[in-house]
Amino acid sequence: MKTGSNLERILESGAFAVTAELGPPKSADPQVIIDKAAILKDHVDAVNITDNQTAIVRMSSAAAAKICIEQGLEPVMQMTCRDRNRLAIQADILGAAALGVKNLLCLTGDHQCFGNHPQALGVFDLDSITMIRMVKDMRDGPMFQNGEEITGPAPKLFIGAAANPYADPFPYRALRLAKKVDAGIGFVQTQIVFNVDKFEEFMHQCRELGVSERCRILAGVAPLKSAGMAKYMKNRVAGMDVPDKIVTRMSGAKDAQDEGIQVCVDIINRIREIEGVAGVHIMAVEWETSVSEIVRRAGLKK
Amino acid sequence: MITAERKEFDEIRQMTDPHENVLVAGCNTCVAVCLTGGEKEAEQLAQQLRIARNHDGIKGKVEAVTVLRQCENEYLDSISEQVERADIVLSTACSIGPQGLVFRYPAKRVAPAMNTNMMGYVKEHHVWTEYCAACGSCLIAATGGICPVARCAKTLLNGPCGGSQNGRCEISPEVPCAWQEIYDRLAALGDLDTLKRIVGPKKWNLSNSGGPRTMKKEGFEP
Repeated sequence: MKTGSNLERILESGAFAVTAELGPPKSADPQVIIDKAAILKDHVDAVNITDNQTAIVRMSSAAAAKICIEQGLEPVMQMTCRDRNRLAIQADILGAAALGVKNLLCLTGDHQCFGNHPQALGVFDLDSITMIRMVKDMRDGPMFQNGEEITGPAPKLFIGAAANPYADPFPYRALRLAKKVDAGIGFVQTQIVFNVDKFEEFMHQCRELGVSERCRILAGVAPLKSAGMAKYMKNRVAGMDVPDKIVTRMSGAKDAQDEGIQVCVDIINRIREIEGVAGVHIMAVEWETSVSEIVRRAGLKK
Repeated sequence: MITAERKEFDEIRQMTDPHENVLVAGCNTCVAVCLTGGEKEAEQLAQQLRIARNHDGIKGKVEAVTVLRQCENEYLDSISEQVERADIVLSTACSIGPQGLVFRYPAKRVAPAMNTNMMGYVKEHHVWTEYCAACGSCLIAATGGICPVARCAKTLLNGPCGGSQNGRCEISPEVPCAWQEIYDRLAALGDLDTLKRIVGPKKWNLSNSGGPRTMKKEGFEP
């Protein structure tokens, strides 16, 4: 154990971990986070607090993480390289750690052209991998990126990253994850898995590289709300792989929301059998109420 | 080469209309090759301005003159008479041109007719692609000779992000993923092990982030 993170404790114990996502509001309203935390709290081990997700301005992940802690729910604070240089990232890490944040997910970030300020400067002083190494050095050095010692308490963070088994070039995806492990991550959450066959292939590569031994892998899953959403994700969202049979299943469903939850549960059940999978990350964006049902049906009850 | 595109005519009018005598100054190097600001284009712009200003009853003359390179004093010196006659000099060079004119003719009003966009390679006829960001510490030996600083939308140094799909960048299907190109090239050369090494953080102080840069060649002082 390198940190006081409950997520790390659960993963190290060998238990199957469940994380979910909590998007901060596009306002200064803390109640949104309080309400979402109440919905998720009893069903998951931790929640990711997104950081200006898809480059749309929202309440800062550090502030939202603090509100989440106050509700008794452990946050995984997300941090992208898009909006901050190495000074700002380190400052926010110190601040977040001082507020009690124990988990940090290091991301490159979606390009700013996707968001609501497409004219913004994309910072990208670091990339996710150099950011991971910097956070590890801050924790274990302890030192800043420049090599200067941190003389007071160091930020003791359980460091995570993202991986997308469906992006190209496919043969490089596990190698890139291995690079993140070398840089210092303890866990990874993947892109949403719909194509389980391809995910199995990715996991095979991860095992060959020793990645699944050195880092806990949480497979991303998500409930589809409608056949339209399945088609949209298949055709319009970059880095997403939705097999035809799932689109067909959603199209033929009488109760699309119920079927979407069942598709998600079926995927979880297959994923659990894959060697090296340590948990699931449920991305029910703006459908937080589905998480408890997914957890219940999949038999993941805390 | 440096590439630049001409501004919208309305913006050029806004900059020049308040002044009587206008000198359109062309540049016969980079912008002439990219067919936007050489002698021919400077003449065309001057003629366009003459017609429009005449129509609107604006007094004064519009002249045009072109030098080989606006980025050097000796060429700018050669047009001193024309510059003196003008109330404003409108440069069709990259942004170095109008700034060179300001340095050489400090009392003169100068305006840019162009938006300078990049240092590019002529990949095919009339298509320029950004290949260099002038970062001040070239690293392409480790990336198969392809620059991720200029050619990756996120200037990533450690491989493709999760938005790379079918060889395309997440920002647009029109944009190739530089890291897919790097990967393919290193794979073909049998050098994929290079990509296992963690690169960076980059020393951005060597780029424009460290402040404006000056280069001096020793042994050639005046």
